[in-house]
Formats: sequence, C-alpha cells, structure tokens
Amino acid sequence: MISTYNTKIGLEIHCQLTGLESKLFCSCHCDYREYSPNENICPTCTGLPGTLPLLNQTAVEKAAMVCMALRCTIPNSILFYRKNYFYLDLPKNFQLTQYNAHGISSIGVDGLLGYEQGEARIRRVQLEEDPGRLSYMNGSSGSLIDYNRAGVPLVEIVTEPDFHDPKDVRLFLNKLASIVEHLGVCDTRLEGAVRCDANISIGDSRRVEIKNVSSFGDVEKALKFEMTRQKAMLNYEMEIRGETRHWDEQRKITKQSRSKEEEQDYRYFYEPDIPSIQIDEDYLKELRSKMPELPDERKERFINYYKLTEHVSKVLIDHKDLADYFEESTKIYFAPKEISNIIVTDLMSYADDDSKKLGSTIRNIKMTPKQLAEIARMIKEGIVNRKTGKQILYEAVLSGNLIIASENEMNFRKIDDEGLILRSIENVFETESLAVLDAKKNPNVSNYLLGKVMELTKGRVDPGRALSLINKKLLEY
Amino acid sequence: MSRLYDLSIDEVTDGIRNQHFSAEEYVSQILERISKRDVDIKAFVSVNTDDAIESARRIDSKIRKGEKVGHLAGITVGIKDNISTKGLRTTCASRVLTDYVPPYDATVIRKLKECDAIIIGKLNLDEFAMGSTTEFSNFGPTRNPWNLEYVTGGSSGGSAAAVAAAECTASLGSDTGGSVRCPASFCSVIGFKPTYGSVSRYGLIAYSNSLEQIGPIARTVSDVIRLMNVISGVDPNDDTTRTVASPYSVEVTRNRLRVALLTNLTVNAQPEVSKCIYSAMDTLSSAGCICEEITLDSLEYALASYYVIAMAEASSNLARYDNIRYGFNLDPEGYEWNSYFAKVRGNFGDEVKRRIIVGTYILSSGYYGRYYLKAQKVRALLRREFKSLYSKYDVIIGPTMPILPFRIGEKIGDPIKIYYTDIDTVVSNLTGMPAISIPAGFSNGLPIGLQIMSDEFQEQKIFDAALLFERTAKIQVRTPL
Repeated sequence: MISTYNTKIGLEIHCQLTGLESKLFCSCHCDYREYSPNENICPTCTGLPGTLPLLNQTAVEKAAMVCMALRCTIPNSILFYRKNYFYLDLPKNFQLTQYNAHGISSIGVDGLLGYEQGEARIRRVQLEEDPGRLSYMNGSSGSLIDYNRAGVPLVEIVTEPDFHDPKDVRLFLNKLASIVEHLGVCDTRLEGAVRCDANISIGDSRRVEIKNVSSFGDVEKALKFEMTRQKAMLNYEMEIRGETRHWDEQRKITKQSRSKEEEQDYRYFYEPDIPSIQIDEDYLKELRSKMPELPDERKERFINYYKLTEHVSKVLIDHKDLADYFEESTKIYFAPKEISNIIVTDLMSYADDDSKKLGSTIRNIKMTPKQLAEIARMIKEGIVNRKTGKQILYEAVLSGNLIIASENEMNFRKIDDEGLILRSIENVFETESLAVLDAKKNPNVSNYLLGKVMELTKGRVDPGRALSLINKKLLEY
Repeated sequence: MSRLYDLSIDEVTDGIRNQHFSAEEYVSQILERISKRDVDIKAFVSVNTDDAIESARRIDSKIRKGEKVGHLAGITVGIKDNISTKGLRTTCASRVLTDYVPPYDATVIRKLKECDAIIIGKLNLDEFAMGSTTEFSNFGPTRNPWNLEYVTGGSSGGSAAAVAAAECTASLGSDTGGSVRCPASFCSVIGFKPTYGSVSRYGLIAYSNSLEQIGPIARTVSDVIRLMNVISGVDPNDDTTRTVASPYSVEVTRNRLRVALLTNLTVNAQPEVSKCIYSAMDTLSSAGCICEEITLDSLEYALASYYVIAMAEASSNLARYDNIRYGFNLDPEGYEWNSYFAKVRGNFGDEVKRRIIVGTYILSSGYYGRYYLKAQKVRALLRREFKSLYSKYDVIIGPTMPILPFRIGEKIGDPIKIYYTDIDTVVSNLTGMPAISIPAGFSNGLPIGLQIMSDEFQEQKIFDAALLFERTAKIQVRTPL
C-alpha cells in the first residue's frame, strides 16, 4: 500500500485582478462579463499591427500587494517576457507574462502562506495577460473567438509541491481566496476569475498535471480522483506517465489531454516595448501603508475585540462578505456574539452544505445588516424571544422586510404581563385537566403543559418564567 | 509655375501661405510627377490621390478665408508602407497584409496631419522592412532614380527613391539596421535615424522593436530637421519614448565640432567610397571642424549581434499574422486551425521566412544563451564603448554603405552578401544612438553617402555637422530627370 505521505501536490493558481478598471496593456474594461462578444476590444488587445502595450501601473501595485500578503521577495525592477505559442485565442500569438531565469525574476518569489493545517511555500507570483475565449457552435466544425477577455490582468501564483492531502489544498485555497478578497484585487465568485492547475506525483512516479479546474471546490475532488487513479495503477504495477490531464466538470473525472503540451518550447524573451519597471523601497513603503487588513490580522481582531471564538472568527473571515456583513451589523448595534451566532448558525442553515456557498448566500439575501442588527437588538433586549427572532429573520432573509410593525408587531411581541401569562396557563389547565393531575405526581409532565402554553401564546412568553408560574399554579391544585 | 515639385518644405509652405501658388496646384504637380515618373521607379504602393486633393483644397480655402493653417500646410509626405494610416491600406509589401486597412493612425501620421501636411501615398519597402535593397517586396523592386538598373537600397527604398525623384516633398521611413540611411545613401538624399525613444513607434508595424525608429528622408538637412521637430517627442501611446531636446535648430549652432573618422568602416569599403569619405572629412575640416581618425575593435561583432537580435524579435513580432482578425483573402473553410495557420504563413516571402526560421531557432531553449544573450552582451559593450568615444568626440563619421549601389538582382541569390552591406549602419541601432546619411558625392554616376553619428539625444550635433557639410560640399541632391 502506498502511503499518502509520499504524495506531493503543487498548485498553479490564476487569479484575475477583477478589482481594476482597465486591462493590463490597454484602456478596455477589465470587467468583460457584461459585454456582447468582441465589444470590449481595441487595436491593442486584438494585437493589430503597430500597436504597443501600455502597462497598467495599478495592476503592478495590486500584484505587488498580493506578493506582500504572500511574504514574497519583490525584486528592485521587473520586466515582461513574451511566451511564444500559436493558439486561436491569443491575438499576438504570444502571451505577455513574466519569467524567472538569467538572474531576472517575476514580481514575487520565495513566499510563504500559512493555512489551517500547515503552510506552503510560494515559488513565484507573476503578472500576465489573459487570452481571449473560444466557444464552439453546436452542429458546426467552426469555433467562435471572443477577445473581450484578451488582456485582462492575471496574477499567477505557483506553489512548491508542499501539499500531501487534497483536503489541505482546499484549506489553502480558501485562505488564498480570502486574502485576495481582503486585498480587494479579485472577486473570486465571478465565473472564471480564479482557475487552478494542480500537479501531483506519488512516490517516485512521474508528475501528472491537472488543468482546467475552474472552481476551487473542484480542485480537491480532481486531486482525490487522481490519487485514487494513480494508486490503483501503482497497485497493479502500471507505470504512471508524465502527462497533462483535464478535469471533466460534468463527469467529475480527469481525462488525458490530446495535446502534448509539455513538449512546447515557449521561446521566452523580454518584451522591448515595455521598459523595465522600478520597484524601489519608497514604492513598497507607500504600498504597505495602503495595504488593507489581511485575514490573519482581522481574525486576531475579531477574537480580541469582539471576543468571538476562533472557530466563529474563521468562518466569518474565510468569506470576506460574511465578515463585512458582521461588522456592519455590529456597528449599528453592538452585539457581536448574538450577531455572529445568527450569521454562522442561522444563516448557515439557509445555505447549502457546501461552505463556499455561504459567501454567496450573504450576497443574495435581501436582509440588510441594519435589519440583522435590529433583530439582534430585539432578542437581546427581550422584546422578542429567540424563536420569534428566528421567524423575523427568516422573513427578512426572504423578503427584505422586517415584520414588526403595527398589528404584526403585537403578534410577535413577547407577553410580559403576568396576568396575561396566568390567564393562558389557566386556559391550558382547563383543557388539559388530566395532564394537570399527572403533573402533580410527575414533574416531567409540567414540560408538556409548558409546551401547550407556548403553543397557545405562539411562543410569545418566556419559557422559564412560564414554567415557574405553572409549577406555582400546580401547587394551588 | 513650373517645377514646384523641386521645392523644399519652407519654399512650399511659404509659397502656399503667401498665395504664390495654391496647395491644390502644388499637390496636382506632385501627383502628375508621380504618374509620370513612378511608372519606371515604382516607389509608390498606393497613391492617396483623392484624399490629397481634398486636403489641399481645405488648406487653400482656409488660407483664402484668412484662417490659421498648420506650419507644414500643403507639403506632401510619402509614408513607408509599414506605418499605419487610418483608412489607407498598409501592406508592409507583404501578401499577408494585402487587404489590411488600419483603423487608426500611427502617432507620426497624426502629428503630420495636425500640421496640415498631406499624406500623398504609401511607399514600397522590403517585405516587413526585412532587406537592404527593396527587392524583397510583394510589389516588385523599386528602381534607383539615378539609374533604373540599380537597387535603391532598403528597406525604405520607396521612401528614398520618391524623394530623390521629387515625387513628394519628403518622406518617412523606418530604420532597424540602416533601412533609412542605406537607401538615402544609394539615392543621394538625406535620411536620419533618430535616437531610440525619440520618435513614437505607435503604428509602426514591428520588425525588431528594440532596434527600430521612424526617421525622415528629405532633399535638404533643414527639411529633415523640420520633420524631426514635428514627429519627435514623448507619446503616451509608446512607453519607450523619452523627452527630446527639440525643437532642433536649422541653423548651425556650433562649427568647431570634434569629428572622428571610424577607419574600421573605410578600410572595408570599396576604394571609391573610401576616397569620397576622406574628402568629406577634408570638407568638414575646411568648415572648421577638428578631425581625427580612430578604430574600434569590438565593431567586428556588431553585424552578427544585430542579425541575432533582429531575427529573434522578428520571429515573435510576425507570429500574429495568422489571417484570423485581418490580412488577405484566404478561405479558412475545411482547414483545421493549425493547418490553416501554416497555409497562411506560407504566403510570406522567402526573406521573411528565412528570418522567422532563424529567429525561432535563436530563441529555442538551449540556444538562447549561446546566441541571443551573447548578442545582448555585445550590444551593451558597444554602448559602453561608444559612450566613452563621445566623451572625446562630438560626432563620428564614416561611409553609410561600404559599397556603391549594385544592379537589381545582382546579390539576390546570396542573402549573406546582402546582410553584409549593413555593416556600417547596424551599430547605431544596437547602441540606440542617432545617425544621418548625407550625400557625399558620386562615382560613375552612382551616389555615395556620408554617415554622421553621435551620442544619444545629441541630434543637434549631427544636424550641425550635416548643415556644415551640406553648405560646404554642395552635392547635387535631386535626380536631374
């Protein structure tokens, strides 16, 4: 049996800098998703003869921030390189990217990122352009090319093969996603904004690369599949070939790629049209002062300031939107425990079990942070009990309305008047006379009576208070 | 008004502004000249007839109404057909761009139009500017106005021939390894290669982007300077452009220039050429310059380094011509895309194919260090050595071409022989420094050019030397025809 420990996994993550206004080398929009095909293009990003790349300086800033967050070394100056290959989606038939050789490095090297179960070394971070997109028409042999995406800035993050377990890969990717979200450089939920290639080798076997995984959630699945496949092959003493495989999203398997991509010679050489970019200490200093709070720092603050547990803090911060929602609510009504519990437990139950969807749940619900704060206030101040609070919450999540006004308000308001509570108990005692007799002998039956009281009052009485009144009343019988 | 086509920029703009003749009259004469002379010379790929006349009429109407016109109003500029002109076919003399009409103007074109200069047409070149004779054109060779059996030099052969034959006031070429200076020398006109980064390359269809610059060709030094004053300067569309010391003076600012003759260039030159350059040095001395002879050993690596870098960059620059977004008519139906690319790219001419293949080889893994990296080291070395020479001398002179113009077809079968003719010009492209070619005399009726080089952004020193030489030597500029 081959032990998991011999498994080595490395990752190559492509992350679009969706937070930018324009593409990497021209003024076309970075956000291409709203356009009809080939609407978001210009002579430069379609590679017309004579056009020149004009480097988007903000993209360099954002990429440098990613490098800093990943504790990379940033060189004093950077260059761009041409990666030469022919493909339909590549307007110039070369990709502008960066390269590490001949004493030149990309914008970041030798970083480190800690995650829940360990840490992974970052080999390099590089800034590059996305190609266009191909689509195929049904019933035709032709392909359609859309250049709207061509030239969109990407950071490519390459790790050392420091993972042994696909589960760790998922934890690492969650952490990475949270970092780019917190930096404001990438909206990871946008389709195609993050893509991941993984390579995996078991023992002394050759390395297999898995490409085309377009969601972080599927990376773990693809790696698990690949491990099982490779182990089975090794158990049958079959040789594992060094190859590139594609992840089939529908069938959840990896498939051998037809092309022999590994034999490509990309003939890298530096791009003379982009003068070298100087990144001096002053530049980095200014950038450091502009760095937003990172997930680790934020978690510390949640634990220390809001006194949240490690677990709750982590769940919130893994999805920046959750943490932001939480903080916005807390600002309006300071009840961090109550609010975080509602988000982590109650809202979680509205989300699918796939934890990734929790982030999008908070985005799609109609309830505002202000409404959540109001619900927390009503619970905390005893205006409604927790059960009613949850009903209001459910309603607010679905409709965006906080139903506590006028006549509805009465239905939900807690019954505080002792006379009213006693009248309800008397009503129950009348209809449940047999149970009352039992209760006098068996204290557990009191809870049954309590249930009936709660039912009658639609849960508007405090159960503890009602029970003590029931017990008092029983003594009178 | 006869022979308006002979006039210099100043004479044309003054004549039009003072209404001695109209822009339309002038442009008509130029167009007539083109239709008469270009049947033989074949400098033009496209003539912008309707547009030119319309522009001329607009200028005339402005002048009649007393409105302000640009300071180049009415001059006709021919443009090498690798510089993008909006709405005007730009072919690079290649089959693969036969039907390409750019949707935008190159920065130099925009600047010319802003000064009311008239784009008279597009001029022939070696395909994608790869060549030194203008024989490697999909439209056939351009012929030397001084002798139609002879090459014009290249690759801006059309630009030099059209100016020499007075088919336009002036022209723009591009110079990657001598492509402006070589044909200027062979056609006995003035061609200038500016400091790398002083003229925007936006819109110039790239052959070797770390080496090339757009440069003017004209019949007088002051015309060259006037065009430089328009086209140079920082361009937000080209990140490699830098601030220049323009406007340059059309009057000599200094005449006691320290001049060095680089004898490496004369030793290897044809005796007639060498002799002519020595007498050019005497001319400069008589005009007040202090002249010396120097040698530079590292120069012997320049040509090889140049071709390694140029071909490497070319192989990548020309990868985009896959006929998917623009190009020429070739039905893709029935092809798998890879075989379609191959089919398309089979339409490059032999010289282009040769350079793409060699360039691809140079950049291949395992060879990169052996060729490309080494060539870059030579380049850095040459830069250092020339920098140090320019601490002692204002300008360095030599022949532009080591040989006299040769017959069309004479060397076409031997590419290395043609490459070798670039030996005197490539060094300025490798160092990024400016250089001019100015007519220095004739041998058997064939022109010889004097090359004057200087340190980067020291264009005025070159212009001073050229102006001095021009007024002292009085070499015949235009073809007598």
